[in-house]
Amino acid sequence: MPAPIRLRELIRTIRTARTQAEEREMIQKECAAIRSSFREEDNTYRCRNVAKLLYMHMLGYPAHFGQLECLKLIASQKFTDKRIGYLGAMLLLDERQDVHLLMTNCIKNDLNHSTQYVQGLALCTLGCMGSSEMCRDLAGEVEKLLKTSNSYLRKKAALCAVHVIRKVPELMEMFLPATKNLLSEKNHGVLHTSVVLLTEMCERSPDMLSHFRKLVPQLVRILKNLIMSGYSPEHDVSGISDPFLQVRILRLLRILGRSDDDSSEAMNDILAQVATNTETSKNVGNAILYETVLTIMDIKSESGLRVLAINILGRFLLNNDKNIRYVALTSLLKTVQTDHNAVQRHRSTIVDCLKDLDVSIKRRAMELSFALVNGNNIRGMMKELLYFLDSCDPEFKADCASGVFLAAEKYAPSKRWHIDTIMRVLTTAGSYVRDDSVPNLIQLITNSVEMHTYTVQRLYKALLDDISQQPLVQVSSWCIGEYGDLLVSGQCEEEEPIQVTEDEVLDVLEGLLLSNLSTPVTRGYSLTAIMKLSTRLSSVNRIKKVVSVYGCSIDVELQQRAVEYNALFKKYDHMRPALLERMPIMEKTASNGPTEIVQTNGETELSVPDMKHPPLVTQPANQANDLLDLLGGNDVVTVIPTTLPTKPASAGGELLDLLGDLSLSGGPAPVSSVPVSQPSFLLDGLSSQPLFNDITAAIPPMTAYNKNGLKIEFTFERANPNPNIAVITIHATNTTEAEMTEFVFQAAVPKTFQLQLLSPSSNVVPALNQGSITQIIRVLNPQKQQLRMRVKLTYTHKGVPVQDLAEVNNFPPQSWQ
Amino acid sequence: MIKAILIFNNHGKPRLIRFYEYFAEDLQQQIIRETFHLVSKRDDNVCNFLEGGSLIGGSDYKLIYRHYATLYFVFCVDSSESELGILDLIQVFVETLDKCFENVCELDLIFHMDKVHCILQEVVMGGMVLETNMNEIVGQVELQNRMEKSEGGFSAAPARAVSAVKNMNLPEMPRNINIGDINIKVPSLSPF
Repeated sequence: MPAPIRLRELIRTIRTARTQAEEREMIQKECAAIRSSFREEDNTYRCRNVAKLLYMHMLGYPAHFGQLECLKLIASQKFTDKRIGYLGAMLLLDERQDVHLLMTNCIKNDLNHSTQYVQGLALCTLGCMGSSEMCRDLAGEVEKLLKTSNSYLRKKAALCAVHVIRKVPELMEMFLPATKNLLSEKNHGVLHTSVVLLTEMCERSPDMLSHFRKLVPQLVRILKNLIMSGYSPEHDVSGISDPFLQVRILRLLRILGRSDDDSSEAMNDILAQVATNTETSKNVGNAILYETVLTIMDIKSESGLRVLAINILGRFLLNNDKNIRYVALTSLLKTVQTDHNAVQRHRSTIVDCLKDLDVSIKRRAMELSFALVNGNNIRGMMKELLYFLDSCDPEFKADCASGVFLAAEKYAPSKRWHIDTIMRVLTTAGSYVRDDSVPNLIQLITNSVEMHTYTVQRLYKALLDDISQQPLVQVSSWCIGEYGDLLVSGQCEEEEPIQVTEDEVLDVLEGLLLSNLSTPVTRGYSLTAIMKLSTRLSSVNRIKKVVSVYGCSIDVELQQRAVEYNALFKKYDHMRPALLERMPIMEKTASNGPTEIVQTNGETELSVPDMKHPPLVTQPANQANDLLDLLGGNDVVTVIPTTLPTKPASAGGELLDLLGDLSLSGGPAPVSSVPVSQPSFLLDGLSSQPLFNDITAAIPPMTAYNKNGLKIEFTFERANPNPNIAVITIHATNTTEAEMTEFVFQAAVPKTFQLQLLSPSSNVVPALNQGSITQIIRVLNPQKQQLRMRVKLTYTHKGVPVQDLAEVNNFPPQSWQ
Repeated sequence: MIKAILIFNNHGKPRLIRFYEYFAEDLQQQIIRETFHLVSKRDDNVCNFLEGGSLIGGSDYKLIYRHYATLYFVFCVDSSESELGILDLIQVFVETLDKCFENVCELDLIFHMDKVHCILQEVVMGGMVLETNMNEIVGQVELQNRMEKSEGGFSAAPARAVSAVKNMNLPEMPRNINIGDINIKVPSLSPF
């Protein structure tokens, strides 16, 4: 068998290969040769073969068959063999292979070898890939070597100990005595690795941390010596004495000083000294300064020192070196939470970094800018950020857009600004915004009632320009559907009104349906919008045609919608207006239970009320206000009762009572003080079906009023799911011979309660108990106080209008407890 | 902690690979390719820090690299290492290589991969910085090389090819010792 070729021969041969296939062929041939050589158990050439194998492994070819050979090399007596063997073990083996345990004995012997380099090799291997079993077995040896006077071995043993601690944390105690005089070492290498060991121990165990706090004076002394000592050629790097050690010590000081006042105080001087004396012209100086700044920010330093640190970071930001700027931005990001004001001073520099060419710097600057936005600088910052959004890479756009939304939500100075900003984002980076921004935006628009016209106008204009950005299109079509009547009315307070005809609006929406750019979701939005416009615009026939066309659409969702809307036109036309009513103000965290009752801000709707809907009289409001006066002013919540809906269909079905709820709270009502809480009452409506049934046995009924032949009885029901709501049904009966017409029941409750009156069944109380009027009252009683009520009754009896006030105090305890 | 040290050339060919955490072989090669892809895109005047690729670890890891002539030196580190410090460390490592190989170039790294590993072992051990003093490192490496040479190196086999060698710190040896009319040609010791 000819001698296996030497490593450099192999390398030379492989380099001559011109294609990947050629290289693979050469390597396979060589592997075969190596394998047969291994089988011959030849000691002389094993070293060479393994070296070649390692080379091939680096190029990416499988080399696992050499693992055992590495072990044999380690067991050999020659230093050369051991060297390659240990290298091979580190590169090819790891704790997942069972083979590695065979090394343990070899390493143990080598740790006690006479030659320090062999010991060094063993320590190195153990420190790189020692498994927990190996570490457990050999920890004692490592600990012994930690105490040796040989600095070469000591430093390696220190790092090996770190690895052992990482693998087997329980062994940390074992190394404690050896650490006693580690810091009194003169050799910088040993010092360096000792500090690493101490750092690791302090990070892992709070007990160790408190134990090592007493080392702070010693560390400070060492650091001082490093700075003050003159030029020492041995450790000099670009003019600074052992910067690596300085940085390590600073890091350890940071860990020791964190949340400990005494240690922090002991460090203040030296930190100030380092911060002011270090030369910043080279990277090494900046590295030390950077570490110092991080330490100052982390420990309990005095405020003067903190200001110094932030100023250093500010100086870094102006440095030409990109690395320094990057590092400064990263640390400012960390400190912006705690020292917000100090960082604000550098805001303009940070914003300039947004224009940097370097991707990493831009990302950092963007994150930092968002962290710095506050109520004062929102306008300026937003301008810069929007400009950035226009010109940045796609990978940033999504994050930037979300950041802009969040910031705008928190600090928007006015609703109009908010809407403008969001529109700007949608038009520039529309396709990158997150999915949940569409409902959030819709909710925001709904809530800013006075901006409806302005918003829908702007959205319409944006839609005319560009229909490719789906979130924008979705929001626009929803708004046009909701506020289409505002759009064609041609009035706008905020900006120049545009003249749009109904046909143009419908053209745009139909265009969305037909366009290839629209996703199915968008199409659904536009179809619903077109449908909603059937109650707001007058081109009902056109809408009917559009809707019926899509009844055969391939898209199932679209088809279903179209078919249902068609049915609405044909069979349920009476329900259409109510169903397609204006959306109420949405509670942001709408959930199943009654959330807080939301008060609108006293903004009145400017729009023309929908024709089909009965105009809500303002009369009862005045009367309710009179009630207020009577009750002595401010501690009563007014209640506006519903009027009788004129539609005959309202007489039947719980469904329409639900819709009656809708008409109460949303819509063109003057809603200055009506408590609105849509989800709760809607769902309560759904769940409280037994409303029209008789009383539960739990709460007994009571007579609230009985005078002049008019008797009003209250029956109670607990509303599910919220036990704080009591549902009262009033039954008004008439014992006289003449009926009572135009009967209106009003009620007022103390401030801690909230009350809602639903529509009565009719406004005529038939004579002689032939029938009754029923009406439902809902009372929210969160504080479980005693229920009291003032009622006012008006009716016409025998041609004479009658008015009466009464107080109802005899509520049974169960109704409000 | 340093997770990996990669040295590759401008075309992505690996010249030295050292992982301080376990990765399967094919994953290692994938990491090398991905890192090369990320690093080669970078302009020369941008900063030397990159957020790590998705393969080599989560959000905590950064790639810190330096470009020397035809080689990229990439250190993949986590947040416990100072970024600027690692930049200096790369510089120290390269200067050490320079001292050991006398004006080191890519070919030196190609043909003496194991030597480079040994030098690296003196600088970084188990993912942690061991020694940063250049002279110290060079001195120790030299001593170990001398031990190896005394054993005859890899080619302790009978066929001892004589090839050029660089004498590191040995005193200048005369190629020919002329004693009278006996010419003894001093053989140059081969590496392996």
